[in-house]
Amino acid sequence: MTAPATTGRVLMSGNEAVARGAWEAGVTVASSYPGTPATEILEAFARYPDVYAEWAPNEKVAFEVAMGASLAGARSLVSMKHVGLNVAADPLMTASYIGVRGGFVIVVSDDVGMGSSQNAQDTRYFARFAKVPLFEPSDSQEAKTFVSEAFRLSERMDTPVIIRLTTRISHVKGLVDLADRPEPPFLGFSKDPARYVILPAHARKKHPKVLQRMKDLVRLADESPLNAIEWGDREIGVIASGPAYVYAREALPDASFLKLGLSFPLAEGLIREFASKVTRLYIVEELEGLVEADVLAMGIRVDSVGKLPRTGELTPQRVRAALDGAGLAVAEAPSAPPDLEMLPFPRPPTLCAGCPHMGVFYTLGKMKDLVITGDIGCYTLGVGSPWNATHTCVCMGASLGNALGIEKAYRMAKKEQKVIAMIGDSTFLHSGMTGLLDIVYNGGNVTVFILDNRTVGMTGGQDHPGTGVTLQEEKSKPVDFVALCKALGVEHVQLVDPYRLPDVYKAVKEALAYRGPSVIITNQPCVLIEEFHRTQPYEVLDDLCNGCGACLKTGCPAIQVIRREVVRLPNGRDKELTYVTIDPMGCNGCDLCVQTCGPKAIVPLGSSARATSPVEPQR
Amino acid sequence: MMEPQMNADERQYPKGNSSGLSGTLNVLLAGIGGQGVLTASELLAEAAVRGGYDVKKSEVHGMAQRGGVVTSHVRIGRKVYSPIISSGEVDVLVAFEEAEALRWQPELRPGGTLIVNCLRVAPPVVNLGLFKYPDDPLASLRAFTGSFLPVEASALAVEAGSPRLAGTILMGAAAAVLPLPVEDWEAAIRTRFGTAEVADQNLKGFHRGREYALSHKPPLGDASETRG
Repeated sequence: MTAPATTGRVLMSGNEAVARGAWEAGVTVASSYPGTPATEILEAFARYPDVYAEWAPNEKVAFEVAMGASLAGARSLVSMKHVGLNVAADPLMTASYIGVRGGFVIVVSDDVGMGSSQNAQDTRYFARFAKVPLFEPSDSQEAKTFVSEAFRLSERMDTPVIIRLTTRISHVKGLVDLADRPEPPFLGFSKDPARYVILPAHARKKHPKVLQRMKDLVRLADESPLNAIEWGDREIGVIASGPAYVYAREALPDASFLKLGLSFPLAEGLIREFASKVTRLYIVEELEGLVEADVLAMGIRVDSVGKLPRTGELTPQRVRAALDGAGLAVAEAPSAPPDLEMLPFPRPPTLCAGCPHMGVFYTLGKMKDLVITGDIGCYTLGVGSPWNATHTCVCMGASLGNALGIEKAYRMAKKEQKVIAMIGDSTFLHSGMTGLLDIVYNGGNVTVFILDNRTVGMTGGQDHPGTGVTLQEEKSKPVDFVALCKALGVEHVQLVDPYRLPDVYKAVKEALAYRGPSVIITNQPCVLIEEFHRTQPYEVLDDLCNGCGACLKTGCPAIQVIRREVVRLPNGRDKELTYVTIDPMGCNGCDLCVQTCGPKAIVPLGSSARATSPVEPQR
Repeated sequence: MMEPQMNADERQYPKGNSSGLSGTLNVLLAGIGGQGVLTASELLAEAAVRGGYDVKKSEVHGMAQRGGVVTSHVRIGRKVYSPIISSGEVDVLVAFEEAEALRWQPELRPGGTLIVNCLRVAPPVVNLGLFKYPDDPLASLRAFTGSFLPVEASALAVEAGSPRLAGTILMGAAAAVLPLPVEDWEAAIRTRFGTAEVADQNLKGFHRGREYALSHKPPLGDASETRG
């Protein structure tokens, strides 16, 4: 590994900048579970020298690992997406009481616009809930700088510190000044049960200290260089943080600003000073109106920004429109939103050509009497056309508990309902195992489909305990899913190749017929990882294609319709025929469509064989 | 376009001269997941940084990217605050697909420049008959925009040596209207693509795209006349 540069300016995403900041702050241990928009923090950190970086099975474990390193007297960091902090909330609440030995920073990135998430919760609530300070950078440079500041504050005030990013910090690139890394501090563990063993008696003593810490933090927030007044026209004063600050700054270039970098607890003295010197005070914040509520509670008069949206991401345009609506003279008049009538078809996310999930969805989509509980991953896309093979999705691991609950409710109503839980490999290891244990323990008649594609697919192909490779590319022992399910008490476990449609169908039928918990595990890798080997693409012989459209039911995006024809059937009804072609650049050669083709019109590209069985694909 | 293999740390920039641009230049790149939109915007951002400008580049990853629409906002100026471009304020739109050009053209400012790849990709929702692909997106686009340049990027890419160069071809075409020196683009390409072979191929693609844009009518608007 070449030594990283320690001077100069480079373009970095907020996530890369946090990783850089952690390295420059002397962090030696960091843990995470992949999740958009936070994934790249640990990926980038893992590339620095002299660090330990890992993927944990879930955010709770990741938190506990990083906290452990802090207790050992090292500087440590844990990163996750906003919903990950729900999983890690249990240790967070108590880590606040216990405090730190080496600095401990929790980086959370909020997917405010729900580009890839099931909700849009505001992590600033968690700081208030756990009574820990929270930083909000507004660009990459700040993302880096704030990490060092967070470690200093963590150690000085004996508290974990949350750095809250949003998508528009994590995935925005900006210029960052580089610096060197000092000798990482290390204190070693100290046996001090009154601090580290949180018995009720110890916790009761800690509680008032946590409250006192909050009071002390307010004073520090007043003095913090991260909170700064930028004086302009004193007619208008704006309090803002994070991306909301940059949008408001651009909309009101002449106004006075109080920019909050350490945004919880609030710098009350500074806010009072600022409010007293401006004629009108506005607060611009993304998602929840937390700062506004707190400032109002201080008894300070706040002028309403009016229609600042509380759903979705803020944009310069939305901020400008809200400020304009509040009667402020903004830099540019907000332009009219685009005419939606003019827009073409939607282009929702799809599965990749040759995705192994398609074989499972194709099969399940044809079985109309099933209830299929889904989970978090690429396979949530099974909800869409043409499969319609996912009927619930709640959070990581929920498919199993949901399935058991549905099955039990039907049973209590003296009815029978076949229920399938569908979950990916990494999601199963994250929080599906306990659900399966419940199904076994309480005699659930549920079939669990583990779609093992040997990667965390949706976040871009990260390793996990099932892949046998660590984040820092060390070999480890991969999970044996069959043995794991058997160890949890499942007696009916089948392994199936998702590209062999008859095998998938047979496995599902057999599992559904079995009384008791059953598991089906698929065994083909994600097409985007190295383990997948693309085979020869297929083509459609136009003279053999009868336009039945059966291949389109696989949902493969490499299959394209070239023409449609309407024919009159003998019964007098009209039927639309769809003739297809296969994009040779897109096709991965999985041969799923071949198996759906009645007239055998789909053959290996360039083969002269007609109306004969295609060759067995090699993988 | 080939995959970059590079650590952020290896990218070092000299401080350049940022006198060529007043205000903020807003460039929007739009396409489909897998087309190399993000790598292309990376080239633009790096070329601008080499010119001594402040740059912000914003995009959405994750589920939104999987076969779906991908956009990248690049803002270039002396000091850039917002990483997102407001609707109707895009100076240059580079669309990697025809329907995506149609989808994003309302973001262009009046008199802005639209560069569009002559390529149609129908998503499964169209193939399944749930939605219709527009009959002729290019014809509709001609009516809307200031400067309009359709580019047969796939064909030019094959000419330049690889069908994967389409993204670099489009950026070459964009370079013809953007006020950034060619040397900065070339340096960005060399830094971005690890091996000399891949870099050379991309440089060839870049110049092919640039020459194509320079030699084609209608005359292109001057994107250095920005707002804000």
